Amino acid sequence: MRQPPRRAADYGPIAFPAVMLLLFFAVPFGLMIAVSFFQRIEGGFYEPAFVWSNYARFLSVFFGRVLSFSMMLAAGVAVVSVALAFPFTYLLTRLRRRTQVLWLVFLLSVLSLSEVIIGFAWATLLSANAGISNLLVMVGLLDAPTSLSPSLGAVLTGIVYQAFPYTVLVLYPALSRLDPTLTEAARTLGASPLNSFFTVVVPALRNTIVATLIMVFVFALGCYLLPQLLGRPQHWTLSVLITDQALFQANMPFAAAMAVFLVLVSLGLVGLSLLVGKKENAA
Amino acid sequence: MSGLALDGLVKRYGSFTALQRTDLTIPHGQFVCLLGPSGCGKTTLLRMVAGLDSPTEGRIRLDGTDITHKPAHQRNFGMVFQSLALFPHLTVGENIAYPLRIRGVSKADQGREVERLLALVRLPGVADRAVSQLSGGQRQRIAIARALALSPKLFLLDEPLSALDAKLREAMQIELKLLQERLGITTIVVTHDQREAMTMADLVVVMSQGRVRQAASPIEVYRRPADSFVADFIGMTNLLRGHVSGGALAVEGGALALPGLPPSGEATISVRPEELRVHRDAAGPNRLPGTVSFVRDLGSHVELRIDVAGREMIAVATPQDRPDVEPGQLVGVELPPASCVVLES
Repeated sequence: MRQPPRRAADYGPIAFPAVMLLLFFAVPFGLMIAVSFFQRIEGGFYEPAFVWSNYARFLSVFFGRVLSFSMMLAAGVAVVSVALAFPFTYLLTRLRRRTQVLWLVFLLSVLSLSEVIIGFAWATLLSANAGISNLLVMVGLLDAPTSLSPSLGAVLTGIVYQAFPYTVLVLYPALSRLDPTLTEAARTLGASPLNSFFTVVVPALRNTIVATLIMVFVFALGCYLLPQLLGRPQHWTLSVLITDQALFQANMPFAAAMAVFLVLVSLGLVGLSLLVGKKENAA
Repeated sequence: MSGLALDGLVKRYGSFTALQRTDLTIPHGQFVCLLGPSGCGKTTLLRMVAGLDSPTEGRIRLDGTDITHKPAHQRNFGMVFQSLALFPHLTVGENIAYPLRIRGVSKADQGREVERLLALVRLPGVADRAVSQLSGGQRQRIAIARALALSPKLFLLDEPLSALDAKLREAMQIELKLLQERLGITTIVVTHDQREAMTMADLVVVMSQGRVRQAASPIEVYRRPADSFVADFIGMTNLLRGHVSGGALAVEGGALALPGLPPSGEATISVRPEELRVHRDAAGPNRLPGTVSFVRDLGSHVELRIDVAGREMIAVATPQDRPDVEPGQLVGVELPPASCVVLES
């Protein structure tokens, strides 16, 4: 029987993480919110103030274009990742336990690669002189090797590559809990294996799929290196813009305002995914 | 020929043999129970008939057509799973209509068929409910209704009633049997419950360790068990082992003159508790002397435990025929020759 904490000392075990969270998350985040309202000094840094001008800059065509591009890119990454990872994870959960563990360890090791390595690796793979287009020439599908990067496709490929292991790991528990007799029942009722996948497995895990889409979306929204390594300036996302404003334009207040906005969008979407998850548990 | 035929069916998983060479013929319209303890291969057999597992060796034929390698979704067999496997994302009506939807049946026809099937399992008017709103027994009926959509050629059930409580299970056994008789559909049920098999089956297939021990009518399996496993697994029995000499079986405590004994050697007989006659007088033909060790009066019948030369025998009597004996009393246990079954060794 768990008892609610009564004395101050009962809160002891959570004191350390609470202090750490406060010190290294809440305080910097609070500072960032404060800075987002500060006044920028042209040619200098910034001074404490309370102005809305940093947020007012969002109301420009340029900013609207970058924001909508970021959202579209993140949505594209989410859809492609889940579309690839869902059937993959489904087949993975049907394999022997040992094989499953090997695959999961492999995916975890991919997850540990840094964004820089992934970016340069794909830049090389998609380049004209060393990339996969040379293979296509060898096979006879192309006349001459071409450069496939920088391009939107390259950005999408890079981020999907980075998000894929993450997507699999999020989908894995729900798919491995799925009762295998459901698909067997569908088969005895006349559904081919492919048909049973689309009429039983996918709809039965509808809510898991929605929650995973939102999570990958938020994950992709934070990508700032890959769009620079694999894309043209028109493929740069809000995160790239934040980096640019903060590091190269020395406009901390505007960068902070954009970051706060991005956090709010992310939080909103995570909240939405929690709501979906709650509904699924209730069902 | 009409019906289901299994020819030399074998299933191995690596070095483990789940089902040893099995030949079985099931005539059209029969209700068959595959009965045995867990791990005896009965579910493996059912899954191969359903097409969910493929046999390592052997052939499965339905009405003369070889269906060994026909995919499950083309067989048109209805199957009820132990977990029921009702689709959680669909309503009751959508669950039952699933096989119709897959085959592109029109919405109107789907609705009519759902109505008919719900009436068949005596659960009208629940089509719009969620599966989670139904009780265990109701879900059971929905799973049966779904399996019977499109009038399948074979009706397969894997431990269908094991999740229900005892009372409901008894009622469902009778209902399932009546339903099968009404539809005349060839039915195979996997069960470990011998009462269930006795209630429903036309043909009981007793299995153990991947092998069919006996395939016969319930009453024959009970009265004429083929071997000591069947005799022991189906109901209570008394097994006596002894040496044959001069047309009689010499067991501990005495000699029994029985028909059907081998000319010589060892033999085992089985005799059901209700066939034993307990007398106050120890002497008499085919009687073994013993001491009453326990009397269990259950109201509907009386059970006597009798120590015969160091081994316990069980006798059961109706209240009317209750022998007038007390624990500790010396009695004679009569084994009527006609009810003693000589088992295959």
